[in-house]
Amino acid sequence: MRLQIPIAIGFVAGMFMFVQFFIPHQMIKASFEDALDWAIIIGAFALVLGLGSLFRTHIDKIRHRREGFSYSFVTLISFAVMFFFGIFYKTAPHTTFDWLFMNVQVPLEATMFSLLAFFIASAAYRTFRARSVEATLLLSVAIIVMLGRVPISDKIPYLNLHEITEWLMMVPTVAAKRGILLGVALGAVATSLRIILGLERSHLGGGGGG
Amino acid sequence: MPGAAGGINAIWGISTEVIGIWLAALLTLAIYSFLYGDNPVYKVAEHVFVGVSAAYGAALTYHLAIIPKLYNPLFRPDLVPDADEPQYILIIPGLLGLLIFSRFIPRYDWLSRWPIAFIMGLYAGLSIPRVIQTNILKQMQATIAPLLPVDAGGEYLLFSGFENLLLVVGVVCTLAYFYFSLPHRGVMGGMSRVGIWFLMIGFGAGFGNTVMARISLLIGRIQFMLYDWLPTIGIHLGSGPGVG
Repeated sequence: MRLQIPIAIGFVAGMFMFVQFFIPHQMIKASFEDALDWAIIIGAFALVLGLGSLFRTHIDKIRHRREGFSYSFVTLISFAVMFFFGIFYKTAPHTTFDWLFMNVQVPLEATMFSLLAFFIASAAYRTFRARSVEATLLLSVAIIVMLGRVPISDKIPYLNLHEITEWLMMVPTVAAKRGILLGVALGAVATSLRIILGLERSHLGGGGGG
Repeated sequence: MPGAAGGINAIWGISTEVIGIWLAALLTLAIYSFLYGDNPVYKVAEHVFVGVSAAYGAALTYHLAIIPKLYNPLFRPDLVPDADEPQYILIIPGLLGLLIFSRFIPRYDWLSRWPIAFIMGLYAGLSIPRVIQTNILKQMQATIAPLLPVDAGGEYLLFSGFENLLLVVGVVCTLAYFYFSLPHRGVMGGMSRVGIWFLMIGFGAGFGNTVMARISLLIGRIQFMLYDWLPTIGIHLGSGPGVG
């Protein structure tokens, strides 16, 4: 029963979402929207579980005085401050929450991602060596696309790198991506069917009592 | 950048806008200090990022999911449009959500499978028709293009035909590379080899685009430091784009 009930729940939920696609009735449409709201509600509880895990990790680190435990205080305090203003002072524009978002989170996120520019360049230097036809193709297309995206490429005579980049993006890249997409889509449909029919049970792992 | 923080325009005579610029600038420098090596300043900024991002997600979930979709319909129906009485049916997702916490009680942790099964089943059912429609049928339809297209004046568009042929060859060969039910020898081996070439072109283009996206973020941060932060200490380098 501990496994059969969740399989039945998955089957009913999956079949409803599958069948509703073919029945454009107002009542079914309303139920479909309700079901999506239910998923959002359950997802919100799952977020609390994730936050619990974050707190547990940092509180354990502080309690056992593990290496770098003082940084855990920084995480917990940052969380508390942002959460306090978010919950009690709303999240609308021109609030303290918004100010913190714009002046702390946005710059941190942008800088963190821009930092990758340095590491991606150094990784490329070490990895991309034209040792085979495939590596040469990858290297040359990457260089053409990078050059084709900056204004200086217009100064290179007899070579319209901007147009070459556009063509590479629109034809061979689309062909490769479409091939990958078709494979992924067929795999997703097969996995979804296995989940609905209860053949795929790995997501039900964990929790004792099989 | 917002000029005021929660209605407060200045703290100790310094405008909240300037304080915000300094805060953002110091955090930016703290993150870039990692280029020199891992150090405590970077670690502090990194941990601030984790805490702030988690709280941002939590606060938004509270205001956009818990309150309007669960709390108000159940306890404050007067705040819900077109609802006169509490929607008791929402007790079901509420209970399913609470069952997730049974993970913390080893004796009842199997109950946490119910909400997971519901979510997985729901999105599995939702994805089948959508994936077939958008990722399979539409993509196949776009691949089946005329090999000898003609424009409005009756002229043959030979290069467009070549592009369409290349598209078909690329898609079929890429699929052949991922088809493992047949050994990659002979014709199949040749097709999968061509598939790899197309994949390499795709990965190269993807890599180039990713690098340029990161570079553009880097330019944004440098512009912020030069044109937003430096003027607050009296150094003016002209009117920049003012990237926040």
